[in-house]
Amino acid sequence: MLEVASPGSLDCLPAIDPPRVLLPLGAAKVSAGFPSPAADYEDKRLDINEYLIRNPVSTFFFPVQGESMQGAEIFDGDILVVDRSITAIHGQIVIAFVDGERLVKRLYHRNGRIALVAENPAYPTLHIREGMELVIWGVVIGKFKRIG
Amino acid sequence: MPIFALVDCNNFYASCEKLFDPKLAGKPVVVLSNNDGCVVARSAEVKALGIPMGVPWFKIQKEARQYGIVAFSSNYALYADMSNRVVEVLGQFSPSLEVYSIDESFLDLTGFLQNLAEYGQAIRQRIQQWLGLAVCVGIAPTKTLAKLANHCAKKGLAGQQGVCDFITMTEADLSRLFARIEVGEVWGVGRRLQARQAQLGISTVQQLREADPDLIRARFSVVLERTVRELRGVSCLELEEVAPDKQQIMCSRSFGQYVYEREGLEEVIATYVSRAAEKLRQQSSLAGALTLFIRTNPFSQEPHYQRSLTIPLPEATEDTRVLVTWAVKVLRRIYRRGFAYQKAGVMLSELRPQKMAQASLFADPDIERSHRLMATLDIINQRWGRGALRTAAEGLEKPWQMKRLRLSPGYTTDWEGMPVVGCRSEGER
Repeated sequence: MLEVASPGSLDCLPAIDPPRVLLPLGAAKVSAGFPSPAADYEDKRLDINEYLIRNPVSTFFFPVQGESMQGAEIFDGDILVVDRSITAIHGQIVIAFVDGERLVKRLYHRNGRIALVAENPAYPTLHIREGMELVIWGVVIGKFKRIG
Repeated sequence: MPIFALVDCNNFYASCEKLFDPKLAGKPVVVLSNNDGCVVARSAEVKALGIPMGVPWFKIQKEARQYGIVAFSSNYALYADMSNRVVEVLGQFSPSLEVYSIDESFLDLTGFLQNLAEYGQAIRQRIQQWLGLAVCVGIAPTKTLAKLANHCAKKGLAGQQGVCDFITMTEADLSRLFARIEVGEVWGVGRRLQARQAQLGISTVQQLREADPDLIRARFSVVLERTVRELRGVSCLELEEVAPDKQQIMCSRSFGQYVYEREGLEEVIATYVSRAAEKLRQQSSLAGALTLFIRTNPFSQEPHYQRSLTIPLPEATEDTRVLVTWAVKVLRRIYRRGFAYQKAGVMLSELRPQKMAQASLFADPDIERSHRLMATLDIINQRWGRGALRTAAEGLEKPWQMKRLRLSPGYTTDWEGMPVVGCRSEGER
């Protein structure tokens, strides 16, 4: 054990004497010899959150079921990264709530017409007509999946 | 002049449920209390039906069927995550804010030169777009007035589109407005106070505002006198940015089903102690005393029993294992066979900061090891979910756990609960 000064018990000792607190040996690292040559190059490790997520507070995850977005490289079982802080525009892939269902589609919005377009020829385009309930929930900005 | 904004989420719990479930659009939604007992939150549709807050769910079965009311158990994990997100967004609008409750925060806008109503709209719009939640904003020179302004925004009594700014309103407009609002709407004026004030001829906010503060102090309290001053625009309440550390930590619940055996109660108690100890470590405290209580259902026909016991701990501690050991000892003292136990609770008290004990903490390698172990336990449970790592005393099955039959998925807090998106198209209809 080393005796080390601390301001803790100043009142019971003359100011000149260092007050004492016990610290375990080895609590602070003391380096002897040459410093590591890598020390100058230390950096943060790559973080997948940083790569996939721009605005964490407005980001939500949605797993995909089905094949209708294959053409956009969105497959069954992928987990989509959805950012609500981006305003959806024509051509973006979006999460949409339509008549009680959660869908992922490409947004078509031209000449006052709105449609949700699949990226798979086997799936027809969903045209939004008056009286249909549509909420564009968020914009898809990425995806991830675990293998095995 | 100080400027406060109170931002309040509309129908917060019900709105969180609706956010992720498209089938709930336009539907009346209620959220139920622990064990699915009473209505604790209502969507706008339910409020419009006149169903009151706090009503037991079984009592509104007829209305539920008639109007297709959808009921959910309280999904605390979801609400807490959405609440934290709201606070994070609000932090972008003010350097200092006070989280007043899970769905309300005060912001300090003192010195902001912008048009405040527009600023309020910007807050509202960002939370709506980023989080899909509707909020109302009340802006005023005192916290009490900001709360009232929020009420006015919510009820459409003043302001526009969910934002009400008292600062730009004239004195005459404010007086007229306050004369139309019942005094019971003022922050801190409860129903009992309202009745007593009625005897003094005070029934509207305006009348309370015009009351003589000295008289109010003499007849009621210093607190209400302060309220009068706040209503007059004199700021007496400051922003409380950091919640003060709790002096006691409590964890108590009713069980989903009766527990008869001591072993069963031990599991319950161990779980509650673990939870309380986690909270204890979050605020970097040590507990010096532990209280345990158990009781039967006071409303049942079966024989009643209730008992509580407090013990001082030989040494203040944060260690779940030590606390569980003591709690189990206490339980053995107060447990009586043959009763149907319905509720139990644990309270940690005599709390003191960890740092006061730090000198001995380093001196005793056992304590330091315990501290490191507990920190690791908390990290693991934070990462893998509460209870991922726990003391064996807590048991594995937990049949007594709270009944939450109508729980929605942990949309944002559980990998298994994420909202699935489909690819269904028109052709499949």
